[in-house]
Amino acid sequence: MSTTPTTADQPQIGTARVKRGMAEQLKGGVIMDVVNAEQAKIAEDAGAVAVMALERVPADIRKDGGVARMSDPNMIEEIIEAVSIPVMAKSRIGHFVEAQVLQSLGVDYIDESEVLTPADEVNHSDKWAFTTPFVCGATNLGEALRRIAEGAAMIRSKGEAGTGNVVEAVRHLRQIKNEIGHLRALDHNELYAAAKELRAPYELVKEVAELGKLPVVLFSAGGVATPADAALMRQLGAEGVFVGSGIFKSGDPAKRAAAIVKATTFFDDPKIIADASRNLGEAMVGINCDTLPETERYANRGW
Amino acid sequence: MSTPVIGVLALQGDVREHLVALAEADALARPVRRAEELAEVDALVIPGGESTTMSKLALLFGVMDPLRERVAAGMPVYGTCAGMIMLADKILDGREDQESVGGIDMTVRRNAFGRQNESFESGIAFKGLDDAPVHGVFIRAPWVEAVGAGVEVLAELPGADGPESRIVAVRQGNLLATSFHPELTGDHRVHAYFVKMVEEHLAAE
Repeated sequence: MSTTPTTADQPQIGTARVKRGMAEQLKGGVIMDVVNAEQAKIAEDAGAVAVMALERVPADIRKDGGVARMSDPNMIEEIIEAVSIPVMAKSRIGHFVEAQVLQSLGVDYIDESEVLTPADEVNHSDKWAFTTPFVCGATNLGEALRRIAEGAAMIRSKGEAGTGNVVEAVRHLRQIKNEIGHLRALDHNELYAAAKELRAPYELVKEVAELGKLPVVLFSAGGVATPADAALMRQLGAEGVFVGSGIFKSGDPAKRAAAIVKATTFFDDPKIIADASRNLGEAMVGINCDTLPETERYANRGW
Repeated sequence: MSTPVIGVLALQGDVREHLVALAEADALARPVRRAEELAEVDALVIPGGESTTMSKLALLFGVMDPLRERVAAGMPVYGTCAGMIMLADKILDGREDQESVGGIDMTVRRNAFGRQNESFESGIAFKGLDDAPVHGVFIRAPWVEAVGAGVEVLAELPGADGPESRIVAVRQGNLLATSFHPELTGDHRVHAYFVKMVEEHLAAE
């Protein structure tokens, strides 16, 4: 993992520092799923730090079924044209050609996402091969570190996208934080066995044990539907949140989007969260995750 | 002289990295999100982040006007990337409704170096830090398109194709701004330079 400063005086693009540094700039912010230019503008107006361009929000992917793929390049370009904030887009897990296409379109971040149908059940894309940085989902520390080893420059806890239910987001973020805490407590002799158990490279395990955090930015995703949900994830240690279906599947998207932005910044101020939560209209209809069949759990995709 | 207290505007962005860099440069650093917190610091850093989000939140939570008053009263402020945009009197390629704090007589073009795929790092000569080049990390970075007579240019980046260079660091009085992110490197000389500015300002008061 080359986080060491380069000494070259010539400009270099696509370095680990430039990729990870981009995610650092998004911290404390909300990244919103949008399916067209109009929604992208609403998100930007509300104070989103970036938008995620995709054809259908996860709630609709769930409803429609079938294979979910990378979005139409035209749609992604329209969104890039419509807003001045960064634009992200999703590729299928292991579908490095979709990722190549997204890079050629000039998206600012690629989400190798379990919300789309995986293209490879063994391998994720080699993310070091790209100039565009990647964000990947994780349900636990080992998974996060395997993605970072493959070149991910940002991690989001997976949660269960398209449910409007925050329970899985909480489970995954707590899991990652707990495992980091556990590593902190180990003596250096024990880190080798820990790396074996985590199925992650020893160097990364050692780095996490020393830093007490991931070497990249950690956001939360999958199930955030209210300002209080967003603040909860922040208080649990997420450095920012992704909101998918929660905004544009609600009664008043513009108002809810702005409210979630406020609650994400002032995540530790219940008065501001209370004010942000007033009169938002209907939240998206939620799904109880314990009634969700295993095959419909997106978090199980990726390994 | 007592150690200066320097706030980092913590509405959004890479706040933590600036807090670390300021502490390394021997300042007392703390996050600032509210007008009351702003009143308690000697100086402020406006971090990198998304300038449209930062500007919106500053207006919404009543920080923008107190910040403008403090700047007018001479408080030292250092802005990186989005922070540079916030300190510009004039913004190009911003949102139509985008407000800045202002204070530096310059025109800044937002995302001027391009999108993330064009983001880069490069060594760069910085006036006043002459022992070695500063390592500049430019992320969807702005550049300074024009400066007024009172603005001192501290760093320029040679053009990639052609002789035209771009202004990427400036100072006007107690205000300092860079297109790039020294807080993402281990080199805290630019932060130390700012802490020295703050100390000189406090000593003169």
